[in-house]
Amino acid sequence: MAEIAEGGGGGHKKGPGVKKGKKLSTRVDLTPLVDLAFLLITFFIFTTTMSTPTAMNLFLPKDTEKPEEQNKAKESGALTLILGKDQSVYYYEGILATDGANFKQMPFSEMRKVVMDKKTNTAKDDLVIVIKPTDECTFANVVDALDEMTIADIKRYAMVDVSEGEMALIQATQAANPGGAPAPAAQN
Amino acid sequence: MDMTAFCDVGFLLLSFFILTTKFKPPEALTVVTPGSVSSKEAEATDQCLVSVGPDGRVFISFSEENRRVEVVDDLNKRLGLQLSEAEVNSAGTSEYFASSLNQLKSFLAIPLDRRVGNSFPGIPIKDTANNELVEWVRSVGNVFLGEKLNLMVKGDQTMQYPAFKGVIDAFKKNDQMKFLIITSQESIPGGTPLAAKARKEVIKE
Repeated sequence: MAEIAEGGGGGHKKGPGVKKGKKLSTRVDLTPLVDLAFLLITFFIFTTTMSTPTAMNLFLPKDTEKPEEQNKAKESGALTLILGKDQSVYYYEGILATDGANFKQMPFSEMRKVVMDKKTNTAKDDLVIVIKPTDECTFANVVDALDEMTIADIKRYAMVDVSEGEMALIQATQAANPGGAPAPAAQN
Repeated sequence: MDMTAFCDVGFLLLSFFILTTKFKPPEALTVVTPGSVSSKEAEATDQCLVSVGPDGRVFISFSEENRRVEVVDDLNKRLGLQLSEAEVNSAGTSEYFASSLNQLKSFLAIPLDRRVGNSFPGIPIKDTANNELVEWVRSVGNVFLGEKLNLMVKGDQTMQYPAFKGVIDAFKKNDQMKFLIITSQESIPGGTPLAAKARKEVIKE
């Protein structure tokens, strides 16, 4: 206390004190201000959301009870992709053979190649791709499959439910491969 | 050293970030969206957003407060939920709706700051016979009739397909055939038709 009072008194020295006051610069130390400003900048940089979410359009076909109203896809131009569990995809071209001879399996990563092959081998107007998600696939699989259609620039594609015959074939394939995953993927 | 210029730039940046920042609205469900090559930005207004969590729980939310009230009011009148006028109006402040229709009254009664998204069961959709999202979407259709509606689905990438199917069925039953799927952007893989198309567009510009 005493010291502070003394120090304060020191500042009030008549002659030199007044002179000192005149000499004192009006400049303020800006360092804390700048510190704070940059702290706030970093805060806002980190909290700001620059990436706005994107969205993909999806149009659903209308379910019609009458079969004659449905668009008939030309059999040869159809490719059916069935999304199974663990990134596996089952597919067949045209109509599913009764004995399941054209029913094939692939890992998800090969879908692009299969779709592109189909696209190059089919007349443009006949090409239609049918995506059938099973109950075991994930939402990411569905979006990825729809995305493949955009990537391959496929004009006509549809999302349809899996039929019982196809389900039976999937189960048969899975029983043959107890690993569950398609053979090429399982080896990796 | 003269710090003036440095400070000027600093505060300019600061004001820029303050003005452009938009805080994320509190999300009831943590949803990690799958990636897609689509670069279309999701619209922020007139939206009706159906969020589906990793476990298949469905939440519905609206961007405009008056829409929330109108939709709940429509549900209340159509299905006789016996909500009072005050309860219907309280829906305006509700960021999301996450209960079955007969629990809606008690859901709205929970104070906003006490709502923990993870504690709600979500709108029942799994049972096809009792898909309550159908009723929600019907009310949404009534409220937005003739007006712009951005119907969106935001699903977690690990969610199983049946939950998504339940959502699509609810849309289909109400003739809402057009909707958006919220995704996070991915780059276009090279050597594909889409990449060629994108390049052409860039050249045109």
